[in-house]
Amino acid sequence: MTPTGRATAPGDDLRTWVPICAYADLIPERGAAALVAGDQIAVFRTFDGRFFAVGNRDPYSGAYVMSRGIVGTRDEEPVVATPMHKQVFSLVTGVCLDDPETALPTYPTRVTDGTLEVSVE
Amino acid sequence: MRIVVAGYGPAAHRLVETLARRGFTGTITVIGEEPRPAYDRVALTSYLKGTGAGELTLPDPGASARVLLGDRVVRVDRGRRTVTTRDGHEEPYDVLVLATGSAPFVPPVPGAGRAFVYRTIEDLDAIRAASAGATTGVVVGGGLLGLEAADALRGLGLATHVVEMGPWLMPRQVDEGGGAVLRGHVERLGLTVHTGTGLDRIEDGRVVLADGTSIDAGVVVFSAGVRPRDELARRAGLPVGERGGVVVDEGMRTADPAIYAVGECALAGGMVYGLVGPCNAMAEVAADRVLGGSASFTGADLSTKLKLLGVDVASFGRLSGALDVTYMDPVGGVYKKLFVSDDARTLLGGICVGDATPYTLLRPLVGRELTASPSDLLFAGAGGPRVDLPDDAPVCSCNNVTRGEIRAAIAERGATDVPALKKCTRAGTSCGSCLPALASILAAEGVAQDKALCEHFAHSRSELFDIVRVRGITTFSRLIAEHGRGRGCDICKPVVASILASLDGGHVLEGERAALQDTNDHFLANIQKNGTYSVVPRIPGGEITPEKLIVIGEVARDFGLYTKITGGQRIDLFGARVEELPLIWKRLVDAGFESGHAYGKALRTVKSCVGSAWCRYGVRDSVGMAIALELRYRGLRSPHKLKAAVSGCARECAEARGKDFGVIATETGWNLYVGGNGGFTPRHAELLATDLSDEELIRSIDRFLMFYIRTADRLQRTSAWIERIGLDHLRDVIVGDSLGICADLDAAMERHVGGYFDEWRATVEDPEKLRRFVSFVNAPGTPDPSIVFETRRDQITPVLVEVTRS
Ligand SMILES: Cc1cc2nc3c(=O)[nH]c(=O)nc-3n(C[C@H](O)[C@H](O)[C@H](O)COP(=O)(O)OP(=O)(O)OC[C@H]3O[C@@H](n4cnc5c(N)ncnc54)[C@H](O)[C@@H]3O)c2cc1C
Repeated sequence: MTPTGRATAPGDDLRTWVPICAYADLIPERGAAALVAGDQIAVFRTFDGRFFAVGNRDPYSGAYVMSRGIVGTRDEEPVVATPMHKQVFSLVTGVCLDDPETALPTYPTRVTDGTLEVSVE
Repeated sequence: MRIVVAGYGPAAHRLVETLARRGFTGTITVIGEEPRPAYDRVALTSYLKGTGAGELTLPDPGASARVLLGDRVVRVDRGRRTVTTRDGHEEPYDVLVLATGSAPFVPPVPGAGRAFVYRTIEDLDAIRAASAGATTGVVVGGGLLGLEAADALRGLGLATHVVEMGPWLMPRQVDEGGGAVLRGHVERLGLTVHTGTGLDRIEDGRVVLADGTSIDAGVVVFSAGVRPRDELARRAGLPVGERGGVVVDEGMRTADPAIYAVGECALAGGMVYGLVGPCNAMAEVAADRVLGGSASFTGADLSTKLKLLGVDVASFGRLSGALDVTYMDPVGGVYKKLFVSDDARTLLGGICVGDATPYTLLRPLVGRELTASPSDLLFAGAGGPRVDLPDDAPVCSCNNVTRGEIRAAIAERGATDVPALKKCTRAGTSCGSCLPALASILAAEGVAQDKALCEHFAHSRSELFDIVRVRGITTFSRLIAEHGRGRGCDICKPVVASILASLDGGHVLEGERAALQDTNDHFLANIQKNGTYSVVPRIPGGEITPEKLIVIGEVARDFGLYTKITGGQRIDLFGARVEELPLIWKRLVDAGFESGHAYGKALRTVKSCVGSAWCRYGVRDSVGMAIALELRYRGLRSPHKLKAAVSGCARECAEARGKDFGVIATETGWNLYVGGNGGFTPRHAELLATDLSDEELIRSIDRFLMFYIRTADRLQRTSAWIERIGLDHLRDVIVGDSLGICADLDAAMERHVGGYFDEWRATVEDPEKLRRFVSFVNAPGTPDPSIVFETRRDQITPVLVEVTRS
C-alpha cells in the first residue's frame, strides 16, 4: 500500500503530526473545527470510535461550517451533511455523495497517548 | 305491513335505518321510553364532558317512521296482535320487534335505593347533580362500564373508589397480569381500587364493604352488570333464558313468528350480547327477514377495545390457548399477551393494556395462520412486520365491514383517505378503533406514499413516535439498533431528537442527544449564510419593558450585532460567532430573558394586537392571552415550527388566521382557528371551535398541539396535516374524544408545562454544555478568520464569501 494522503497508512512516521485535542474532547458523532497552519479543518469522531478529518469549508455555501454538520451513515459509509443545505459528504473520501464532482480535502488522523493528531502536509 | 318496534335504542335505530335503506314500504311505529330519540349510548360519557344530548342523537334513520317518545310498551296481546302503552295507547302490528335493551343490575343490598346507575342521559344528569354537593364517590363494579363510570366521577371532581368483587379489574376482559398493569394505571390517576370484595350496605354518606372496610361516599354508582329487559316477553308467555334474554333463532325470531327480538334484550344462540356491534348485526338480520330474506346471526366477535381512564384496554378472540407470548413493561404500564395454537401457527386471541396496536392489526387475523413470529406480532404497527389481511377479515366490527369491502371502496369508489372510507363503508364511524387499520389498508393498497423516513428507518415520523412512546425508548442508539439500520443521518436524527424532546423533556444538548441536533439546535441559535448565528430572546406576546429593550440594545451594541424586528414581534440579533453565544446569552439571561426557540422546530411566538386594555375596539385582553399561551407552550418541540396569534376583536390586527393556531376574541369568548400558514403555500386557518372560555380555549389548543405532535409527518406544518386528516376528524378527536386519547393528550401537555425550563439558562450554567461554543478546539481564543463584515445603513452585513467548489 502506498500513502494516499487520505487515511492513516504506512509512511506515517515521515509525516508531521499536529496535535488537535484530547480524544475525549470530541462527542461521538459530532465534529469540531481546528486551525492548523492557517487551514480550517473539521475533525469528527464516529460512533465506532474512528476519527476523520476533512476541510471545514462547505464548498456549496463557502462558509466554514462542515464541523457543525450531522454525522451519520449512508450505506455503511460514514458521512457528514453540511448544515447549510444538507449536501452529504463521505468522511472517508471527502467526495459529495449527491454530486461526485465536488469533494472536501481529507487529512490522515491518528491517536497518540489519548491525543487526536492530524497531518496536513 | 305494519311494524311496531318496542324500545328506541341503537338496535331499534339500526333496524329502522336498514328497513328504510332497503325500500320498506309498510308503516313503522317506534315506541321509546326515554324522552328522546335513539342516541349513541357508547359515547354516553362524553355527555358529562360537554357533548350536548343533540350531538349524541343518532342520525335520522331516513324512514317515515312514527316515533312515540316518553311512553312505554306495557303489554303485548299476541292473540289480537296489539301492544298497549303505559299512557293507554294501543297499536296493532303485523310484526313486532322487541328492542328493549337491558337495565343495570342493582344488587339487593341495604341502602341500594341511595345509589345511581349509569345507562341513560337522565342517569348522568342525576349523577352530575348529586356530585355538585359531594367530594367522594364509589363505583360498584370494576368492569368495563364501572371503570368508565369511575373516570366520569373523577372528572366530576370526586375522590373515587372502585369496588370489584372479582380478583382483579375487568376480570371478563383481561387476565391477572393485564389486571395488575391496569390497576397500576388506575391508581396512578388517583383512584382507589378494592378487589376481591363485595358490597355489604350503603348508608348515608358511606358504603361498607363485605370485608368491613368503610368508605366515604357522597355518590354511589352501580355498574355491576346488566340484565336484559325481557319483561314484555315473559308476560306474553314467550320463552326467556334462565338468566334472562328473549330466546330467538338465527333469524332473530322468537317462539312467536310475528315477534322478533334484537339487541341486548335478545338471547341468541344461548348468549346475550352487551356490545353495540352484535346488536346492530342482529337488527340488520331481523330487517332482512322481515323483508323476506334469509340472513342469519350466528354469533359475533366479542373483542373490545376501549380507552379507559386514558389507558388502552383491549381483548380479542379467545383469552386462553396452548401457548402464549407475553410482553410486560410495568414501568411504562404496558402489558400485551397473544394466545396461539399449540403448533404456534394460528393466532387465537390476545389481551393488551396500555398499547392497543396489536388489537387493531391482529384482531382480524384471529383463527388464521400467523404471518410472523408471535413476539414480532406483539410489536406489529409499532415497527413490527406489516400485517396483511385477507379480504374476508372483519376490519370494523361495529358496522361489520370487511377488508374486502374497504378494498372495493378504494379501488372502485375512489376513496383515497380515511374520511372517504368512513363515508363509503361506514367503517370507523362508531367506536373509531379501526381508524388506524383503515389508514394502513390505504397504505397497503398503494394509496399513501412510502412513509419511510430515510434509509435508516422504514417508519413514518408518527410511527416512530409511537414506537418511542410505547417502548419507552430514551436514546437514539437503542431506537436505531432495534428498529432501524446504520447510524442515521441529517433527516432521521433531528426527527428522533424532536420526538425524544416531546416525550421526555430534558435538555436538547444532554448526552447523546447533542449529536442528533441540527446545527441550530446544537448551538441554540440560527445559522446564517456566513456561518455566524442570530439570537432571538423570547418576548412573550410582543410585550416588553423599556428596561429590557435597553438591555437588548446594549447587548447588540457591545457585540456589534445587526438588529432587526421580526415578523413575530420580537428582535433578532445577527452576526454572533459561536464563541460569543454564551457571553451574549449570559447577559440576556441575567436580565431575565429566555430562549425564544427561534432555532427550533418548536413554538416560536404568539403575536398579539394591543387588545381591550388600550384599543377602543378591543373586546378582550389579547395581550394577556397571548402571553399566557406563549408561556404555556414555550419550549414545546414539534414536527415543524409553530406560530400563533391572538386578536382582541374581529378586526383581526394580529393576523391570527395566518397562524398554526389563531385566537380571535368575540363578545362571549374566544374563537379558535387552526391550520393557518403564511410561507410558501399560504392558507387561512379554519374555525375549530367558537365562544370558548379561557379554560376551554387552552384545553382545545393543548389537545390540538399534542395530537399534531404525535401524528404529523416530518416537517409537516399544521396546515398540511389538517388537509391530510380533515378538520372534522380533528374536531372529533379533540372535542368529541372519538379516539379516547384526550386524557392522554392533556397529561402530555401537563408534563410539558411542568417540565419546562429555559434551555439557554441551563446551558450557560453548565460548563459541560459550554464546551462546544469554541471557534477552534485547538485555538479556542482565535475568532474564525473567514468571518468578515462590512457596514451598510450603519450596521454590519456579511461580506459574501466567493463560492468556488474544489
Ligand atoms: C356507558 C356505556 C358505555 C358503553 N360503551 C360501549 C362500548 O364502548 N362498546 C360497545 O360495543 N358497547 C358499549 N356499551 C353498550 C351499548 O351501549 C349497548 O350494547 C347498546 O346500547 C344496546 O342497544 P339496544 O338498542 O339493544 O339497547 P338500549 O341501548 O338499552 O336501548 C333500549 C331502549 O329501549 C327502551 N325500552 C326498554 N323497554 C321499553 C319498553 N317496554 N317500551 C319502550 N321502550 C323501552 C329503553 O329505555 C332504551 O331506551 C356501552 C353502554 C353504556 C351504558
